[in-house]
Amino acid sequence: MDNILSVLIFFPAIAGLLGFVVDKKSARAYGITVAAIEFLLSLWLWFSFDTGNAGMQFVEMIPLIPDFGVNYYLGVDGISLFIILMTTLMTLIGMVSMSIEKDVKNMIITLLFLEMTMVGVFVALDAIVFYLFWELSLVPMLYIIGAWGGPLRVYAAVKFFLYTFMGSLVMLVGMLFVAYVYHSLTGVWSFAITDWYALVLPVNYQLWLFAAFFLGFAIKVPMFPFHTWLPYAHGQAPTIGSVILAAVLLKMGTYGFVRFSLPMFPDASVMMITPIAVLAIIMIIYTAMVAYAQKDMKQVIAYSSVSHMGIIMIGIFAMNAEGIGGSVFQMLSHGIVSGALFMLVGIIYDRRHTKLMSEFGGLASVMPKYAVIFGIMLMASVGLPLTIGFVGEFLVLLGFYEISPVMTVLAGTSIIIGAVYMLSVYKKSFFGPVTKEENKTLKDLTPRETWSLIPLVAIVIWLGVYPKPVLDPINKSVNAMLVFMEEKAITAEAKDIIKVPQSATTAGEVK
Amino acid sequence: MFEPIKVSLESLNLVTLAPMLIAIAGGLVILVLDLINSKLHKSLYVMLTILILIVDFGATIGLNVNERGFFDVMLIDGISIISQLLIIVASILFTPLALTSKRFHEYSYPEFFALFLFMVAGFQFMVASDNLILIFVGLETASLSLYTLIALHNRSNSYEAAVKYFTMGALAAGFFAMGAAVVYGLTGSIELYQVAQILSVRMGETGIMAAILGSSVLLMVTLAFKLSLFPFHTWAPDVYEGASAPLAGYMAIVPKIAAFVVAIRIFGMYIDLGIEWVRIMILILAIVTMTLANVMALVQEDVKRMLAYSSISHAGFIMAAIALDTTEGTTSIFLYYALFMFTNLGAFTMLWISRHKVRRFDERYDHPYSKFSGLVQIMPMGAVIMALFMLSLAGVPPFSVFWGKIYVMQAAVNAGYVWLAIVMGLNSAIAAYYYLKLIVYMFLKDPVKDMDTVYYNLSKPLMVVIGLAATATIAAIFYVQPLVSYLYYMISASGY
Repeated sequence: MDNILSVLIFFPAIAGLLGFVVDKKSARAYGITVAAIEFLLSLWLWFSFDTGNAGMQFVEMIPLIPDFGVNYYLGVDGISLFIILMTTLMTLIGMVSMSIEKDVKNMIITLLFLEMTMVGVFVALDAIVFYLFWELSLVPMLYIIGAWGGPLRVYAAVKFFLYTFMGSLVMLVGMLFVAYVYHSLTGVWSFAITDWYALVLPVNYQLWLFAAFFLGFAIKVPMFPFHTWLPYAHGQAPTIGSVILAAVLLKMGTYGFVRFSLPMFPDASVMMITPIAVLAIIMIIYTAMVAYAQKDMKQVIAYSSVSHMGIIMIGIFAMNAEGIGGSVFQMLSHGIVSGALFMLVGIIYDRRHTKLMSEFGGLASVMPKYAVIFGIMLMASVGLPLTIGFVGEFLVLLGFYEISPVMTVLAGTSIIIGAVYMLSVYKKSFFGPVTKEENKTLKDLTPRETWSLIPLVAIVIWLGVYPKPVLDPINKSVNAMLVFMEEKAITAEAKDIIKVPQSATTAGEVK
Repeated sequence: MFEPIKVSLESLNLVTLAPMLIAIAGGLVILVLDLINSKLHKSLYVMLTILILIVDFGATIGLNVNERGFFDVMLIDGISIISQLLIIVASILFTPLALTSKRFHEYSYPEFFALFLFMVAGFQFMVASDNLILIFVGLETASLSLYTLIALHNRSNSYEAAVKYFTMGALAAGFFAMGAAVVYGLTGSIELYQVAQILSVRMGETGIMAAILGSSVLLMVTLAFKLSLFPFHTWAPDVYEGASAPLAGYMAIVPKIAAFVVAIRIFGMYIDLGIEWVRIMILILAIVTMTLANVMALVQEDVKRMLAYSSISHAGFIMAAIALDTTEGTTSIFLYYALFMFTNLGAFTMLWISRHKVRRFDERYDHPYSKFSGLVQIMPMGAVIMALFMLSLAGVPPFSVFWGKIYVMQAAVNAGYVWLAIVMGLNSAIAAYYYLKLIVYMFLKDPVKDMDTVYYNLSKPLMVVIGLAATATIAAIFYVQPLVSYLYYMISASGY
């Protein structure tokens, strides 16, 4: 099937449209079936993916507005492949574990449309198509937060929308400018990213464009100091909203850096290493401290999620195979782990209707299964060896060590502070005597909850022990990108810093 | 003895007048029908009007590009054809909105439809000439008809709107006459192509700049009134509020297209002559208009007033494209209006179907936000469609207005005005807030308790119009390409 990417994009959308007809009571089963089919389709994509090929595969190209250079242009490489898989997996698992009773049908339809836009962002190779899905993904999320959220939901939803919308409009101007430069050099209009890669831009252009794209991506990541929308969004969103937001939507920002900023503006990216690393380190340490100060369990997870996004950012700007490959891997790990943690918080919230840690205590004796899974996810989040969190974090720090040992050490504190606040959450909620009367009768995980979490636990351990099948294709594409960046860079400094691996076949971890 | 004037009929090239004559004749036919039998139902007049407009459309599309006619006062170039087509299409979409399920005063008079056709003819004259007097005549024909149409809505604030619009329009007409007089005094001609020739010869003369400044400022004031640009926009929200919803939607499109064509002809000429401060003046007006109208729209409590300010802001957005004075810039104006037309008319129609004879929700406003709260529970399809229009107006891809916006911004970037594109982008972000506000009310709030049906005025023809508008809004991605290439071809053929 050559057009599997189109199928992946539009299958959930068509299913969402047809979903309007499905009866309310069957809507959840319908949604889960559709998401499962979508996940199987994405698995098929993985199996038919040629892991020996570092370039774009399953490319589709249909002219949409040829006079303007806009094409329906899709493709997938090692970098985007696994993010797509994670997207479909997390949508499926989120839907299975969903505990919403109100307007389930609307929620299912919204989620299916959201899935279309998320897959679309990761497979788009045309800047306008990318932008289209990028903006469109805001609308379902706005509705999810606004309709099913907490008391401040409308404020949180509108803030989320406007913040991201503003950043991406500046990015749009950047895109239009790149297209203009491309046109003035070649005489052809094109928004294809692969065409833009071939542009060698003067350094001052690169810096301005880097800034424009940075604003769009950094708000989405969210980089410090643009992160203020995220705690509100997480605080108010229903569990499923937080899961998708943390697991997939934030990855759009970091993916954007890998897909656009680095290969298009290699010199500017190298020049910006220090400022961005400083921001990322502030983000890592500051938000980790804020996380420690929270009383609400969900806010702890939300801030820890921001803190770990800082690790991903640092890895991307390490400019070598370990760093970038590691941070792409960390995107997957962050998606799965923080998604699972949000689901776990949602589970306890459904039972107690509170997320305050002071309300809990001694849960481990009442809910042993819950405590075990929470513990595993917590360890993965902290980055304990043999969990998925360790691989990415280790590679990122290893990669960034070549740039600056001092900053690497500072970034490494994330593991320590992370352990501090995570373990304190665990201690306050799970250990000790059961202090509250209501907690004594809490039910442990239901089968549905268990079966939606077990696959994530399995992945966390599998990829923690043996990450090679995922790391190899990622590294192959990252290496190809680095070779290309190094060739394209015009300043000597950039050529010096961008490290091209000696053998393009060596897997990052072995090296 | 005077010599008899001899003119050969062929040199008059009367076919250039055909579209306007069709509209005028159609208006007269409607009046005669009413004279013969005054009991005829409005549906007959609506259908007749649509048919006449279709014939008008056919006559316009068949015109040859770059011809002059009727003593050379008619100019049929690319932009005059495409703007006439846009005017006619918008008018065709507007007409069926008379077929509401409830009776409204104005539509019971056949004169409404006759005046409407005269107005269309007036706008067609306005865009199909570069003779300042004919432009003036077209402008006044159209405007006088429009004032009457507004007043026919038979409510106290409709009269207020009509009188306000009339006085402002009269003032603008005065400015236009004075501006044209200065141009005539400078060059001895009122034909813009001759004016351009003469001015380009005389550019070096001392003191001529003051006169050029005078003429351009006077003409700018006129067009700023008509386009509701800052600081001449104050009439617009009141007039939109007083007029019936469809007419308000119509006013946000058709008179503006016509005024933009005149602005392209006049100010394009000044910019081509190398008078740089005309460009600066337009840019300042445009930026102030879009920003200020956006800020004003944020604080409105009535959806219709919000849409009024939003259409002022959109006009400011487009005005900036005139300053670019490139083929792409000019194309973007028409592309934007072609796409904006459907969405905007659709949004105003959604207000129209919820219009009650007496105000039920608020003392002051017809369409307060609270009226739409929880619409998704009452009328899910209507809420989804209205949300679609709002997202499109906010510039969310892939809906229609996004493509217009991106084309304007691309034109700005190509002309070297990257900062302008950024200002446009930031303005779109501000605008998103008030469009979202309506979506928030419709989807995220519960209905007010004592509310009865919102879709009070709904009827089959209105559903057709809304359906058409929604389809055009969603499917924009598929027809932007032919639209752009046609517009670009027509505009470059006429040398803009």
